Amino acid sequence: MPSANVRGAQPSADRRLSTLVRHLLPSSARTATTTTTTSAADSLEAFPTMASPSSVFAGLAQAPEDPILGVTVAYNKDPSPMKVNLGVGAYRTEEGKPLVLNVVRRAEQMLINNPSRVKEYLPITGLADFNKLSAKLIFGAESPAIQENRVATVQCLSGTGSLRVGGEFLARHYHERTIYIPQPTWGNHPKVFTLAGLTVRSYRYYDPATRGLDFQGLLEDLSSAPSGAIVLLHACAHNPTGVDPTLDQWEQIRQLMRSKSLLPFFDSAYQGFASGSLDKDAQSVRMFVADGGELLMAQSYAKNMGLYGERVGALSIVCGSADVAVRVESQLKLVIRPMYSNPPIHGASIVATILKDSAMFDEWTLELKGMADRIISMRQQLFDALKTRETPGDWSHIIKQIGMFTFTGLNSDQVAFMRQEYHIYMTSDGRISMAGLSARTIPHLADAIHAAVTKLK
Amino acid sequence: MASSAAAFAVLRGGKSEARAGCRVGITRKNFGRVMMALAVDVSRFEGVPMAPPDPILGVSEAFKADKNDLKLNLGVGAYRTEELQPYVLNVVKKAETLMLEKGENKEYLPIEGLAAFNKATAELLFGADNPVLKQGRVATLQSLSGTGSLRLAAAFIQRYFPEAKVLISSPTWGNHKNIFNDARVPWSEYRYYDPKTVGLDFEGMIADIQAAPDGSFVLLHGCAHNPTGIDPTPEQWEKIADVIQEKKHMPFFDVAYQGFASGSLDEDASSVRLFVERGLEVFVAQSYSKNLGLYAERIGAINVVCSTPEVANRVKSQLKRLARPMYSNPPIHGARIVANVVGDPTMFGEWKQEMEEMAGRIKNVRQKLYDSLSAKDKSGKDWSFILRQIGMFSYTGLNKTQSDNMTDKWHIYMTKDGRISLAGLSLAKCEYLADAIIDSFHNGLGTAK
Repeated sequence: MPSANVRGAQPSADRRLSTLVRHLLPSSARTATTTTTTSAADSLEAFPTMASPSSVFAGLAQAPEDPILGVTVAYNKDPSPMKVNLGVGAYRTEEGKPLVLNVVRRAEQMLINNPSRVKEYLPITGLADFNKLSAKLIFGAESPAIQENRVATVQCLSGTGSLRVGGEFLARHYHERTIYIPQPTWGNHPKVFTLAGLTVRSYRYYDPATRGLDFQGLLEDLSSAPSGAIVLLHACAHNPTGVDPTLDQWEQIRQLMRSKSLLPFFDSAYQGFASGSLDKDAQSVRMFVADGGELLMAQSYAKNMGLYGERVGALSIVCGSADVAVRVESQLKLVIRPMYSNPPIHGASIVATILKDSAMFDEWTLELKGMADRIISMRQQLFDALKTRETPGDWSHIIKQIGMFTFTGLNSDQVAFMRQEYHIYMTSDGRISMAGLSARTIPHLADAIHAAVTKLK
Repeated sequence: MASSAAAFAVLRGGKSEARAGCRVGITRKNFGRVMMALAVDVSRFEGVPMAPPDPILGVSEAFKADKNDLKLNLGVGAYRTEELQPYVLNVVKKAETLMLEKGENKEYLPIEGLAAFNKATAELLFGADNPVLKQGRVATLQSLSGTGSLRLAAAFIQRYFPEAKVLISSPTWGNHKNIFNDARVPWSEYRYYDPKTVGLDFEGMIADIQAAPDGSFVLLHGCAHNPTGIDPTPEQWEKIADVIQEKKHMPFFDVAYQGFASGSLDEDASSVRLFVERGLEVFVAQSYSKNLGLYAERIGAINVVCSTPEVANRVKSQLKRLARPMYSNPPIHGARIVANVVGDPTMFGEWKQEMEEMAGRIKNVRQKLYDSLSAKDKSGKDWSFILRQIGMFSYTGLNKTQSDNMTDKWHIYMTKDGRISLAGLSLAKCEYLADAIIDSFHNGLGTAK
């Protein structure tokens, strides 16, 4: 075998090939087979699908498909006309089609028809207007933190990018390198923070018995976290459970966190999308800002403006003083420059155009409420359908949970059954995207759930 | 809540007694007990130092702040017209109008990006008829322009080749080191620029690549080396390939100027294709910032030529695994523009023409600058290196002090390594620039601050 570039991979690749050869060759050949690499390589000629010995990537394994995005991949392969995709959280209309908001189309038209528009590099921190408007949107225009110039905001690549840049910043500049994430949480959270250089631990969140919040467990786990630890909080419409704390519970969480100097890191991917009201969905965040404390905030416009593929988001760090905010921003630039230099302009321009024009802003809030209302209606219809079928179990969590997702409580066997028998696609944790449902597909889903819970435990 | 708001207001009056950054809140619990919750003591980020401005992007910031009429921005490599205005290619405007008419949706792209873009970009780079494409041996992922492509590759190297280091040219684009540092990939330099000849230190380059441990990654600029503008000749490329092959190094190309250097897409890709033709596995980072003027759209790709399609699949799967926790999936807009332009023969032809015009303008400016320098400089210094360099930049040979003189005295903004962006120069300004360079070169040495 020619020498590979990777010192580590070479011997293990040899061993693997020899083992493979020993098991795959007919027994008579096996006795003659030695473990020298030359004869192993010779006998491999019959197996053209094996990794080529001449690649430096010989030892590289195939990565599994991303569990969330992989659902859509599997769905696309399914030829059944009955199939329903309840996997990834992208909004669908009643007709099952993706939606580009009217106000977004209009903003885009304005941008593209503007003869003086250029495509010069944005600053590392992104589009300035976009940053200011985003901070106002989440914190409130009258927020003292904004008035006092204590907020450092940088445009990032949607929610993921904002979380990653925030995580990298903390790993470099914050004394506590542990982040507590809720159990369960969005599948990508632990990976983002681990690669950012933080240690990930979890706090109890979801109670399968009540299909609601394990508030005691949450308080206990945060109480026992080391002082100063970072805590990831879903601002609203918790993903994947749809279970949010009440305002009263949020207040208790806030007090506990402040008393232990725990650093809040909010993930806001659904502002306006959960309840239909932008202000209501920002209440948890604003409560924390109001006490004057510091926090990180990752904002995404993927869902609430339907800008999924444009990758628009912002990371805001609310700091103790304006002076600190300036220095923090300068350090955020050092994280961003070696990652992608500066962010993409198109989506941010669309957002800025809409947010700064009051007529367009109002139009947006109407379309946003329309989407939120449709989802709330899907919840009610599914709940009613299960009730009609007298499906065993308490399904009230479907209407109690909020946002795009419902944590059905179905186990992985039931999920697999529903995929096989009913061509219903969801993530294996039993999470369904309500946005993927319609009046037409609800009966099919209700039938599938009914069958799954009655036939499998 | 009203009572606590009032209490808060009272406390604010006494703020002067509190330490800087200290905020105090009072909240009343249900059963009437007042609880003092000290929200924050001093900022947790009090110890965060002010970061220095980016050496390249910071130049534009300084330029903006300068109020002098004579100012000239020769810092960042962004193309300017003769009127020194930013330029959006006509073909790009056409593509965007077409996209608007099509009214496509804005759904998430797959992690690896837009399929039509990935196909087009690989064909553009390797040649549509290249056997490696037909054999399915290339793993291509749409990424965030050149920087994002390099960063993904660096993350991949860190994870799967933890013993390896990257060899980068001395000098190289300033951000290369930052990328590998942040990705925690060790690097060392190979000699490249020879200040005596203002040309390539070829012997030094070969010697250093030879001396590196087997299996190193060698970062090569596909064409129009940044910052020097000095490229190896085809014969020298062959020799570079020889030594890389002999040492079982991995060639790692950074291609940010395909089509922009010579004006020809194929000619500018010849170095990459030379290596691929030898059957080597190769990394190539691509950017459309300059050649399609899509700077702010962040569109590029990381390509890995592998020995078999099966290996390419595995490599692609692992690159996806690194992209997902960085940004999940890449932005659609720039990818669609490229796919539309490259996919339509008329638009593709128009693009090639506009690119030739941009490259042509830069060549003209080079000539005029050289002519001005030769005419004005009485010292007999040989300025012909300017004509031998290629691409957007010229490495003037000015040192930091001299570069400072350019800025402080002449209001000419450039990077401190002596690099000027000819893309930011007009024919009209060549004489002024020549005066500044001559002055800084001969008189700028003693003006260190």
